[in-house]
Amino acid sequence: MNGFNVKFGYRDNFLDNLQPVDILYNTRVSTDGCRATINALGLKHKELNDLLRETVQSGGKELVINNVFGQRYIGTRLYLPSEDNKLHIEVNKFPGNDLGAFLNGHRVIVHGNAQDGVGNTMDSGEIIVHGRAGDVTAMSMRGGKIFIRDNVGYRTAIHMKEYRDKVPVLVVGGTAQDFLGEYMAGGIVLLLGLNLQESEPHRANYIGTGMHGGVIYLRGCLAEHQLGKEVGVLPLDDQDKAKIDCYVREYCNHFGGNPEEILNGSFQKLIPVSLRPYGQIYAY
Amino acid sequence: MLVQKYYQNERFVPDKEMDACGLFGVMHTGGVRFGGQMAIDAIKNMKVRGSGLGGGFAIYGLYPKYKDYYALHIIYQNKNLAAKKVVEAFLKKHFYVIFDEEIPTNPDIRLFAPPLSWRYFVAPQKSSAEEDVPDDEYVISKVMHLNSEIEDAYVFSSGKDVGVFKGVGFPEEIADYFMLDKLYEGYIWTVHSRFPTNTPGWWGGAHPLSILDWTVVHNGEISSYGANRRFLEMHNYYCTLHTDTEVLAYAVDLLMRRQGLPIEVVAKIFAPPMWDAIRHMNDNDKELYTALRMTYAPLLMNGPFTVIVAHHNEMIGLTDRIRLRPITAGAKGELVFLSSEEAAIHAVCPDLELAWTPPGGEPVVVRLHTKDHLQSLNKSI
Repeated sequence: MNGFNVKFGYRDNFLDNLQPVDILYNTRVSTDGCRATINALGLKHKELNDLLRETVQSGGKELVINNVFGQRYIGTRLYLPSEDNKLHIEVNKFPGNDLGAFLNGHRVIVHGNAQDGVGNTMDSGEIIVHGRAGDVTAMSMRGGKIFIRDNVGYRTAIHMKEYRDKVPVLVVGGTAQDFLGEYMAGGIVLLLGLNLQESEPHRANYIGTGMHGGVIYLRGCLAEHQLGKEVGVLPLDDQDKAKIDCYVREYCNHFGGNPEEILNGSFQKLIPVSLRPYGQIYAY
Repeated sequence: MLVQKYYQNERFVPDKEMDACGLFGVMHTGGVRFGGQMAIDAIKNMKVRGSGLGGGFAIYGLYPKYKDYYALHIIYQNKNLAAKKVVEAFLKKHFYVIFDEEIPTNPDIRLFAPPLSWRYFVAPQKSSAEEDVPDDEYVISKVMHLNSEIEDAYVFSSGKDVGVFKGVGFPEEIADYFMLDKLYEGYIWTVHSRFPTNTPGWWGGAHPLSILDWTVVHNGEISSYGANRRFLEMHNYYCTLHTDTEVLAYAVDLLMRRQGLPIEVVAKIFAPPMWDAIRHMNDNDKELYTALRMTYAPLLMNGPFTVIVAHHNEMIGLTDRIRLRPITAGAKGELVFLSSEEAAIHAVCPDLELAWTPPGGEPVVVRLHTKDHLQSLNKSI
């Protein structure tokens, strides 16, 4: 406008002074065949995501992104229609919020901690975090798999959902904070509690509040008042055991550990007691 | 024949970004003073959380030369010199003004409608009727008078050895404007980006909000503002800055300074456990938390919030009880960090030793010469 901030105006903190993507590509990317190494130091999230897209369009299949400090939406704008055209993305070290939001079939590996909203509305693919993750991990996730080595924050798997053969899976090695599986409508959550002491209960309260679909498998112990009103506890049947076996082995493949030892722990299965927990609220 | 119809793009483009504020705080628990680079770089790293309509810093250990005097940072909106005259006459009558000067600013940094900002180092000059009033109370009553009675004059900060620098712009612009990285050092820095809730960005409303040496930066919205405000008015705190966070600054002053409650208790007043959770406590805790909830119901802070509260010797991070806003703590040696996003801490401290996230309602208390901040560690993730 006139060089001043405008009093009630809007200053664009995403699109101001963006560097053109071709300049970024020439200065930030080094390629070796289909492997590209990207230096993200100091880039805005729009610049980095433009750059990722540019790199992929120039033939990059294996992306290693270094010096990531809080850039958001990594992996989001990489929709590639062909099924066999999936990417391998490694993030060093600290991706920002909404990592892999709407992710479409790619594999994202994080060597560090992730922040809030990992796999937000993710469609397919894999996210593997060698560290912990923040709040609303796997929020509205509708397919694919997420593996978190350590703990997760509040409202993990909030409104996770499934449809026919699309069943999202979240495996967490540590424990979770409150409202795990809030309003969960489908999918599988496996909480292993590996970093808890013997007989130390999980950290989460209000587990499965408003849950009306899907299943939470929980290893370790829990006091009854930690559960939300809408979930019931059941012992495992053979199908459950087979699923847990499979995902625990996959977890150990990613992060190490002894699957037999983990599988020896006591598991319980939490499922919703009602498909419409709030049906009465809105009825006349 | 079919003609392609022209549809106007109906994509909704908001004229105001509705993200979340960015908070950052760093303290050296050994009391060593350091420059502002970490705080500035960290908040810059979280630029997407800001809006360019507000930013500010609070710095502790700022004026060692004048540390025995109250440092009043006063702004005059629209550079109103008449207001300055009135204020200075008032100060002359009620205080001994030891030293005063315009707060130096960088003329090359252009911000929206910068006010005139001035600092005064003062000692109370009490009339015989006010002789028994403690200094802190005396200063608060005068600050309240200045804020509410004199048009265009607002006291940004009023503590000893502490100062608040804030305004309309991105926080790094505010830092450049006041040349914070060049001129000042402190052992606690807290910083905020984004405008005050429910208020157009204006210089007085930007965070940190402060009274005496208490400062608050806040992410979220206090929906209990009305109830809190009425309660505080009964204790002679008047809210004049048109934004919800103000009540938090006055509430910590009331509870911690006047009533002498420790922050661990105050945290449980602002973000009390649910009645449901109280039912499962042991008898001792049950009695304590029931009493707190009943006595201090009007100071329950409802709605989503993360705050970083600071005063001399302490920096405290606290979220609402169901953690609707994020916080991460980090530590390396004697440096302790509180931040909205973990990546911002790593960006300014690459060899960070610890990072943890406390549960909602559980304060991270960083105290001078202690390791108290680690007490929240074993409840965290």
